[in-house]
Amino acid sequence: MKTLRLHLLSAALLLLVAVSPLRAQHADAIPRDQLIEPAALHQELERHGGQAPLILQVGSRMLFDQAHIPGAEYAGPASQPAGLAALRARVESLPRNRWIVVYCGCCPWERCPNIEPAWRLLHSMGFTHVRALHITNNFGAAWVAAGYGVEK
Amino acid sequence: MPRLWPALTLAAALLPALCGGRAQAATLVGHPAPEIARADLHQTQVRLRDFRGRVVLLNFWATWCGPCRVEMPRFMQWQRQYGPRGLRVLGVSIDDSAPPVREFAAKLRVDYPIVMSDPKLGDRYGIFGVPVTFLIDRHGIIRARFDGESDPAAMERTMQKLLAAPAN
Repeated sequence: MKTLRLHLLSAALLLLVAVSPLRAQHADAIPRDQLIEPAALHQELERHGGQAPLILQVGSRMLFDQAHIPGAEYAGPASQPAGLAALRARVESLPRNRWIVVYCGCCPWERCPNIEPAWRLLHSMGFTHVRALHITNNFGAAWVAAGYGVEK
Repeated sequence: MPRLWPALTLAAALLPALCGGRAQAATLVGHPAPEIARADLHQTQVRLRDFRGRVVLLNFWATWCGPCRVEMPRFMQWQRQYGPRGLRVLGVSIDDSAPPVREFAAKLRVDYPIVMSDPKLGDRYGIFGVPVTFLIDRHGIIRARFDGESDPAAMERTMQKLLAAPAN
């Protein structure tokens, strides 16, 4: 009986977290032609130098401080109103054809709560050259493990 | 996809060594777990070394991480089920501040200690995303790392093997 109660409690808790109001905006809602793969971004950074895109990390501040793409700035978390406000403030004065790449890499792509809100905001502000860095698993596996280099 | 995680974790561990990248944290498996010593959410001092003789499930997570929130009730169940055999669960949150973590932990009634991370600790453990769960044996050696949405059966099997091993 005790074991049954334990299992019922666990199932209830699982249901509670699954329907939590903190559900992620689905990253898969971003059109494929608005994505850029890590290898492609790395090549662009190597090639363009001073004309590289503005890269904005829109996820966890702690993960940004720990390691981020060279030259990237922090503008998040995009899953929170304050983070979206910070992102808006950063790009407000930029020409709308500015090349911008947003990324997160906090967790698996389809579970990321930050990337879609960030992309959607920039799109709604009229930016025409925005790409979301397609990080399948997390920043470590997609960028660090590939040896692309990081800043702290 | 979740069943591929153990293989991906091994690949992620090997790839940096081949590419000359940041191999340090990726090769933690088989090495002593870096020390963690700090107050938990209830201001109780927690030191990883005090868990010697126990098997530790060390889980890096965040309140905004969906897969993390799904795993935590399971970890609570395992703590109750395997605690008498020596399992200790320790959560490490990578949230930017403690208040949302306290609120979430209270709502979920998390009954294992949770401490807050920092960039240095995250760097030592090679945490570039969450969830990440380490299984540490009774001698303080990391024996497994699970990245992302892991196969719970595989994690539990590995944990049971470590619990079956003697402390000496």
